[in-house]
Amino acid sequence: MKMHHSNQVVARARKAFLTGRSKALSYRLSQLKGLRRLITEKQRDIADALRKDLHKSENATQLYEMIGLEGEIDLAVSHLSEWAAPRPVEQSLLTVADEVYIQPEPLGVVLIIGAWNYPWAVTVQPLIGAIAAGNAAVIKPSEVSSHTSKVMEELLPLYLDKELFPVVTGGVVQTQELLKQRFDHIFYTGNSTVGKVVMEAAARHLTPVTLELGGKSPCYIDKDCDLSVACRRITWGKYVNCGQTCIAPDYILCEPSIQDKVVKEIRKCIKEFYTDDPKTCPDYSRIVSLRHFRRIVALMEGSSVAIGGETDEAQCYIAPTVLTEVTSESKVMQEEIFGPLLPIIPISGTDEAIEFINKREKPLALYVFSSSDKMIKRMIADTSSGALLANDCLVHYTLSDLPFGGVGSSGMGHYHGRYTFDQLSHLRSCLIKKLRMERVNQVRYPPHTAQKLRWARLFLLKRFSSIECPKNTFILFLKIRSIY
Amino acid sequence: MESHGKVIDRLRTAFRSRVTVPLEFRLSQLRSLLSLMEENEAQILEALHKDLAKPKFEAVLSEIEMVVNDICYAIDNLKYWVQPDYVGKNLATKLDDCFVHREPLGVVLIIGAWNYPLQLVLLPLVGAIAAGNCAVLKPSEISQATEALLAELIPKYLSQECFSVVCGGAEATARLLENRFDHIFYTGSQAVARSVLQAAAVHLTPVTLELGGKCPCLLYGQLDIPAAAKRLAWAKYFNAGQSCVAPDYVLCSRQVRDVLLPALQQALHHFYGPQPQRSVDMGRIVTERHWSRLMDLLGRSGGRVAIGGESSREERYIAPTVVVDVQESDALMQEEIFGPILPILTIESLEEGIELINRREKPLALYVFSDESKAVSTVLEKTSSGGFCSNDGIVHMTLPGLPFGGVGASGMGSYHGRWSFETFSHRRGCMLRGWGLEKINVLRYPPYRDGSLSWLRWATTTKKKGWSSCSVM
Repeated sequence: MKMHHSNQVVARARKAFLTGRSKALSYRLSQLKGLRRLITEKQRDIADALRKDLHKSENATQLYEMIGLEGEIDLAVSHLSEWAAPRPVEQSLLTVADEVYIQPEPLGVVLIIGAWNYPWAVTVQPLIGAIAAGNAAVIKPSEVSSHTSKVMEELLPLYLDKELFPVVTGGVVQTQELLKQRFDHIFYTGNSTVGKVVMEAAARHLTPVTLELGGKSPCYIDKDCDLSVACRRITWGKYVNCGQTCIAPDYILCEPSIQDKVVKEIRKCIKEFYTDDPKTCPDYSRIVSLRHFRRIVALMEGSSVAIGGETDEAQCYIAPTVLTEVTSESKVMQEEIFGPLLPIIPISGTDEAIEFINKREKPLALYVFSSSDKMIKRMIADTSSGALLANDCLVHYTLSDLPFGGVGSSGMGHYHGRYTFDQLSHLRSCLIKKLRMERVNQVRYPPHTAQKLRWARLFLLKRFSSIECPKNTFILFLKIRSIY
Repeated sequence: MESHGKVIDRLRTAFRSRVTVPLEFRLSQLRSLLSLMEENEAQILEALHKDLAKPKFEAVLSEIEMVVNDICYAIDNLKYWVQPDYVGKNLATKLDDCFVHREPLGVVLIIGAWNYPLQLVLLPLVGAIAAGNCAVLKPSEISQATEALLAELIPKYLSQECFSVVCGGAEATARLLENRFDHIFYTGSQAVARSVLQAAAVHLTPVTLELGGKCPCLLYGQLDIPAAAKRLAWAKYFNAGQSCVAPDYVLCSRQVRDVLLPALQQALHHFYGPQPQRSVDMGRIVTERHWSRLMDLLGRSGGRVAIGGESSREERYIAPTVVVDVQESDALMQEEIFGPILPILTIESLEEGIELINRREKPLALYVFSDESKAVSTVLEKTSSGGFCSNDGIVHMTLPGLPFGGVGASGMGSYHGRWSFETFSHRRGCMLRGWGLEKINVLRYPPYRDGSLSWLRWATTTKKKGWSSCSVM
């Protein structure tokens, strides 16, 4: 494997950034369009690699990775001039003759560390925002999805500026080398253990970070809801990519009275989606590595298998599985599952569900299935999570206008659509004044008098609130006019 | 004396009880904070005078009024800020409720600095309260009188269950940082900021860092030098130069410098009279240690003192000073000055000035004085900084609509006005789907079919400009 000299790659990217060429909107657009062409022209290569890495079918690749990226690129291209334009803000009395606005600017060189589960989505989506914001970016795909990593290393330089957007492949050692360098922002997707390492490395250079982490995303099923539709959506959300989705519903909370029905419905859906023998179904994926396979299998210990449970180490295959007789102490509840095991935990009702959820770390996603608007609103008010989705799973991810990110240990910062652009920009406050009208400034200069103080209090800072008497406004208006 | 851990546990329990969430609670706390400011003006002014010999005028404008205005601004607008933002949808989600819901983070830590000891603790606090959090305040121990005043007044006016003041020095701060918070807001130096970030990394706590740096001030081209000199002098010597956004050094041509010096002299005379040490409007250096630091910089400088230079150790006084013939390698150019000493470096061209600025770390503020708007926009385009102000100094940070914060080594995150509220909030994406339209969902379930993909592609594209809307069924 080629050894990358991280400091050289980063230095070259920085030099390229300092030439200023990534700043021009036309250049950003051309790079974005290049990325778009890559996705269209190299579908086959991309799909082949994903099949080797994760046993993903070509349709699944399209659905879960590429459509989203296409949409994001198209959004960035069509809105770039709007996003990059100066943003006006309200003014105070004293600055009424000035220009006051926020100017988005590039940060410089961004480091993007991708993950293996949706390698294109989580590595390239931040890149779209990085390019749109005018930055250079060093891309470090996950070595766990090694075929995709290789494809990215080969293809990105064919479609993007090689110096501004280098791909660095490799494992832990290469990532550590990269993290020693100075970046203007680090965007990391992965687990919280490495997230802490990334933040700690960033601290040395005072580099801001975006951390898209994970956690156990709870799925609460209210007993008053359409269980058949609910379980369909949950089954789909859980077993897509074999459960290896940061926002997969990790575990179910429901009342014991509906548990049997839930299991029955899920069994029905599994059969419908993946046939009687998921192992032979092309639409059912595999666990990415032997290490993860063994980790997930070990989690089943101590719980009862209600559905599935079959495994095949040679293929890293784990059947779509549902576990019952699970408590908060069970092995499967000690870490994010990130696999096709769906535990069901009985709770007595909404109160206990909320208490259960709030005892744990804030998750990346919270799912609620209920026909009651009141109950859903209560969930929103009484819990916190990166995002909340009622009556479905995963699809909030597809809406570019919703910020996608965690809170607490599920992450910091957010992206998608314009949020990526803003996350990877510096929003610079600008006040453009003129040297005239110096008379107005007299109130603030020493020597200070009580009279000047009164004026300054009014003039320099206050914006008139609705509580103030209208008569004062009028008097002030006359006085301002007299000064000008 | 309660241990830090106990204080934080108490606040966390209060937060979990959801007492800080209702709008009424937040407004009542903000109103109480307003009363604190209004009812204790005399004591506040006295404390600020003790700590920094802050002239009453400066204290009122930059500390009291800034906080009061921000509180009023929050009180007036909070009901709008807490409203969910409904967002644009794609066809597949057209019949759903999609919005961004702002929520409190939990227990936040606010670490203040000594130069504007009240404002730097209370302005973030306004945002923390407005966003529905509990907060631990750690004022700077260097501005002791203000620290003591805050420790006395905050528990009197704000809920003791939800807000607490912790006093102490560097060691106490380090111990405090071992605990877990939901956000840390730090104002101060880069060196300490690194350890704050490292402590935050252990708990994956997000941070806002308001740091500093050397804020350059370019004077170029056609310009009204007397007017510029007044504004520059005001911004520089306000609080005896101890402002994170004070113009740190000047870049201008020799010709401009030669006209600038007498103009500055005149402005200073107008402000502080012939003997600034006697003027009540001239501040003092906060501690003897900082005074010595500044005197040492001046002593080691290779430049020539053109204005001022007088000092008094007992009074921690340094006259408004201007130093010329300063090179980039000078002692005065190696660290943020943070005092009433203004080096002037001469440049031959605007490009040279821009290159000099870009060789250094991104500053918190960047100033350009010029009547030529092309020059102003060139500097704006070719540099980066937290904030930018042309033809004046400092005032850009008084506008509540503008986010106040740094970039690169000058900091991360921002606040003031609504931006404080956003800093201490979590923006939670919410999507509330209905039970119908299961027929469309069929397109996404396995077994995956080629045909479904084009439908899905169409349905999940967010509406483009000018596209007329239509429901899928």
